[in-house]
Amino acid sequence: MSRNRDAASTGESPAGPILRFDGVGMRYGRAAEVLRDVNFDLAPGSFHFLTGPSGAGKSSLLKLIYLAERPSRGTIEMFGRDVEAVALADRPFLRRRIGVVFQEFRLLDHLTAFDNVALPLRIEGGKPESYRADVAELLAWVGLKNRMHALPPTLSGGEKQRLAIARAVVNRPDILLADEPTGNVDDAHALRILKLFVELNRLGTTVLIASHDEDLVARSGQPVLHLDKGRLRAFGRNVRQEPGA
Amino acid sequence: MSEMFDVKRWKPAPLLPRKDPRDGSLVFVVAVLCFLACLTALGALAANRAAQGWTGQLTGSATVVVRAQGSETPDAAAGRAAETLAGVKGVSEARAMEKEKAEALLEPWLGQEALELNDLPIPRLVTVDLDPEAPARAADLDKALKAAGIDATVDDHSLWIADIERSAGVARWSALAMFLLIAAAAGAVIAFATRAAMAAHRETIEVLHLSGAQPAFVVRLFQTRFAQAAALAGLFGAVGAAIIGALARLAGGGQGLTPVLPVAWIDLLAVAPTPLLAALVAAVAARVAARGLIGELA
Repeated sequence: MSRNRDAASTGESPAGPILRFDGVGMRYGRAAEVLRDVNFDLAPGSFHFLTGPSGAGKSSLLKLIYLAERPSRGTIEMFGRDVEAVALADRPFLRRRIGVVFQEFRLLDHLTAFDNVALPLRIEGGKPESYRADVAELLAWVGLKNRMHALPPTLSGGEKQRLAIARAVVNRPDILLADEPTGNVDDAHALRILKLFVELNRLGTTVLIASHDEDLVARSGQPVLHLDKGRLRAFGRNVRQEPGA
Repeated sequence: MSEMFDVKRWKPAPLLPRKDPRDGSLVFVVAVLCFLACLTALGALAANRAAQGWTGQLTGSATVVVRAQGSETPDAAAGRAAETLAGVKGVSEARAMEKEKAEALLEPWLGQEALELNDLPIPRLVTVDLDPEAPARAADLDKALKAAGIDATVDDHSLWIADIERSAGVARWSALAMFLLIAAAAGAVIAFATRAAMAAHRETIEVLHLSGAQPAFVVRLFQTRFAQAAALAGLFGAVGAAIIGALARLAGGGQGLTPVLPVAWIDLLAVAPTPLLAALVAAVAARVAARGLIGELA
């Protein structure tokens, strides 16, 4: 069973935006909304940063995209389809089209680096002989060629980060999300990780990175979605270039 | 550190840890409860057998008190009564009790001195074994004795049977209730311990869920894991109880540990389904818990 089985039920990659937020609001339980009236489109193959101060709603917005939370109002369209209209049984297939690099990595500590990266492919039901070479190649690409057998607790912060990125992209997702991917590494590692994302984007993956590292965002020159107090204040511009936006 | 890693020989590792320190306490708790449930099951079976024995002994026999008439000696009257009763339909055997045995029965009440008086009329007893398939009624025995001109009183133990049957019923149902109570407690603890252990795997469930695993995939994973752990614990508990049961049987020889609680070898088979039942309860609990956690995430 592959993620492509669901193309009809989860939507084809559209000619228009791959992701659309239309008047989206979100709250946890009965608390006040953490996101309010969020509107934006992401074109297929685009690269954006999601910026904003702590508590602005960056992680909540990513959770809406990777289907860990649901909007309290508004519409989210992914691959040209309203995600709320996707049947519960089809949502796992939709998730397979979204790669996520979590802020706290969320690696499975009892599995080797190789097994962690292979996880999404196992879930899709692939046979080991059909993907193990790809997993090895990807681990080499992120600089973990000599750490394939290592367990996550024995890896450094930077190695864990690269491992999490490898797991997020191993099944070639249409959208790649990363939540503060450079939060635990030094500047040199941050730049190296940024280059990985840029390379993935060149291969056609739509990338959205939540970060409060303004220097990194400025150096990348990529467009920005800036959140403040749950509202989208700027879209498509670089915050550093237009700080008042 | 460079490590040798042969990609071509790589096989997917189990998605859940092979050994989890938390599993030890789960297995221990489940094993102890299964052990107690098995012991009470053996106790219930033994109590049932004891109760059957008590009522069987009483309903399968009758006692006839024979009084000699005229010039007939008590022994001759008893012999004639035994002969008469042996011919009644529903009687397997009738035996006149020897004078010495009858006196021995009376001695506690009358004393040795009274029994030494030769002119004291000591009644003779006839013990009657009834056909277990179609036992003769007391009225049939009485009728046959009257027809033979024998002055006798038939005691079919009916006075005691009702009390004994009531006592046997209490013993039987008490043992069964105790077994059901402990079995239910074992089931509840297995379910609770499984849910607690599942909560510890919440992170794994979330990662699988967010990676696009279907609920059935996740549920199957945990269901199998906890069913295996509970089956192992059930096996430990069942084997422990079977060993205790076997020791009880061996210690008591042919009658079991005591005649009150006779354990039979065949009773030990009763613990056999325990691993399966424990696995079933754990599997259902894991299934419900996993579905609940996934439902929260969805």
